[in-house]
Amino acid sequence: MKDKKSSKTYTVIVLRVLIGWHFLYEGIVKLYNPEWTAYGYLASAQGPFKPVFNLMLADSVVSMVDAMNMAALIFVGVTLLLGVFERAGALVGIGLLALYYLAHPPFPGLAQINVEGNYWFVNKNLIEMVACMVLLQFPTGHVFGIQALTKYPQIKKKLS
Amino acid sequence: MNWTRRDLLKGLGGLPILGAVWWAGAAKTVGQRKERSEILETLDIQPSLPNTFQGIGGTPIRVGIIGFGIRGEQLCRALGFATKDWIKSMELEVQENPSNKVLEDFYNQERLNVHMAGVCDIFDFRANKALESFASVDNTIRRYADYSEMIQSGEIDAVVIATPDHWHAPMAIEALNHGVHVYVEKPMTHNVQETYDLRDAALNSDAVFAVGHQHRQTLSFKTAEDIIKKGTLGHISLIQTSTNRNDDNGAWNYEILNHANENNINWEQFLGNAPKVPFNANHFFRWRKWWAYGSGLSGDLLTHDYDRLNCVLNMGIPASVMASGGVYTHNDGRNVPDVLQVNMEFPDFYLGSSQRDKKERGMTFCYSATLGNSFNRPTLLMGHDASMELGNRLTIWPDQASSKYKTLLDTGKMNPRIPIYQYDPAINHPDAVSSATSQYFADKGLMWTYVNGKRVDSTFLHMREWLDTIKNGGKVSCGIKEGFEEAISAHMAGISYKLGKKIEWDANKQALEPIEGVDFDEVLLSNEPPRNAFIEVA
Repeated sequence: MKDKKSSKTYTVIVLRVLIGWHFLYEGIVKLYNPEWTAYGYLASAQGPFKPVFNLMLADSVVSMVDAMNMAALIFVGVTLLLGVFERAGALVGIGLLALYYLAHPPFPGLAQINVEGNYWFVNKNLIEMVACMVLLQFPTGHVFGIQALTKYPQIKKKLS
Repeated sequence: MNWTRRDLLKGLGGLPILGAVWWAGAAKTVGQRKERSEILETLDIQPSLPNTFQGIGGTPIRVGIIGFGIRGEQLCRALGFATKDWIKSMELEVQENPSNKVLEDFYNQERLNVHMAGVCDIFDFRANKALESFASVDNTIRRYADYSEMIQSGEIDAVVIATPDHWHAPMAIEALNHGVHVYVEKPMTHNVQETYDLRDAALNSDAVFAVGHQHRQTLSFKTAEDIIKKGTLGHISLIQTSTNRNDDNGAWNYEILNHANENNINWEQFLGNAPKVPFNANHFFRWRKWWAYGSGLSGDLLTHDYDRLNCVLNMGIPASVMASGGVYTHNDGRNVPDVLQVNMEFPDFYLGSSQRDKKERGMTFCYSATLGNSFNRPTLLMGHDASMELGNRLTIWPDQASSKYKTLLDTGKMNPRIPIYQYDPAINHPDAVSSATSQYFADKGLMWTYVNGKRVDSTFLHMREWLDTIKNGGKVSCGIKEGFEEAISAHMAGISYKLGKKIEWDANKQALEPIEGVDFDEVLLSNEPPRNAFIEVA
């Protein structure tokens, strides 16, 4: 428990808050804009998994994908920011980022659509995904987050 | 255990961040939506809904196709008749590219109550192709030796004319004189005199006459009409239209079939009123490249752009036209220009002004074309208050110096760089377009439109409207008035190019201002190079 308050822990906490912030904002913007849809993003998917993403384009499927994507983004954002169920949040985050990465993979030979930088196999989605893996392995909710309150039996009971 | 303040801070420190991010995201999105709806309320644009049709019941209309070339086949498909070859080639394309929906769209197309009863083509190969593909138990079809025989047979109610331009008017006039309904491709006529003759024939006939400007069915154009009527753009002083093509097909160098010869093509009949020349397969397959049979950029492609705007603005025939250009990209023996600029003047054009002193009046319609570059220059309507890009999609940008939107611009609710309105009926339907020329037409809204989000061939809608008018009465959207305006405007451009002179229209006399010593039709149809032969230099 000694390293609990070391600067490493605080760095991971900062990382967790920033990633949570990022996810939550993306989710909220979609939540308040009922016209938002992932249709264009899925329709323009590229690379080896293009057919899989194109399967999601059917009217009934795409509205479900939209809702699930929004809910997942908010879930990741809330868990990481509040430091509760953060491992579940990190896991969902890894899943989402893996999908984003595979839908528009920065592979040589594929056109990069709506991309602001230059990437070769590695892009920001991949890096953020690995950052979520770090969060998965170094939970910090017990230092900064609702998890820290579990030393109070009444909270522990509620969370378990 | 009792709570300590420190523990609470550590435990719930994330909560204010969560609240802040949530608030920021919600405020931004809701704010943007509010601004947007405020702009939309100001604009009050009503996206157009498709026309309703009564349905074409009763005995099927007996249609004859005259000219079964590239366009003739397309028009037959719009009527529900595709050749076996086309279906086969489309099946192959779908195998290669499953997102190609052309064949699927064809099969899903509403069935029109049409009996494809006759074909007339001077090339045996093409006539036989129609017979082989369209003859069935439900559809008997006959080949006629020439159009007169077809029109006078009493077996045909309506003809579709998709021949070279120099045959449009003679055939249409004969059909109208015999009470046979006519759908003729653009340009409606090949010279000025024919334009008057055809108008007389149409006005004196009970038959329904329609010109093949199918984009009049495009919903975005109908919406554009609403936009302009409401003064969204302010006074329009300039319209910019263009043709940008850079491939063989786009330059009218169509495939020449090796087996075509004098034995299977009736060459005399092809020539008609054109100068007598020996059989020439190049002329036959690529007739659009010579004034004797075609009308070049001014009749072939300018007419699309002119009519697209005439359908939105109803601006009529220009007071004057100046054109210039040359054969610069395809020096292959053609005599129609492949680079052409046309300026049409409408000095009395006025749809209202948003400025206090109402000082605006008049507009120039500018058409700029090259067959040597395919960079997409959009059709732009440039008004004092906003600019509109017109195609299958509509986009409107406010002008930074607009009077109408001054308050919205000053308060930052509008930004000249951000469109205030976009109409895209295809937003959820990415299309597969096979060739560069198809893409050129698709971008202009000439190929298809969207009805309830479903892609529909606009030629189909245009022909359905014609058939519906035949059966149920009413008015076609591109009839003789619109066709007359289109043809005269195009011929003015052609004559101006040839003479290197301004050509003027006298609206009261309904005639071109004469130029001494010049026979306009002789000039227009001549195969001589422009300028040299026509006017004696004083």
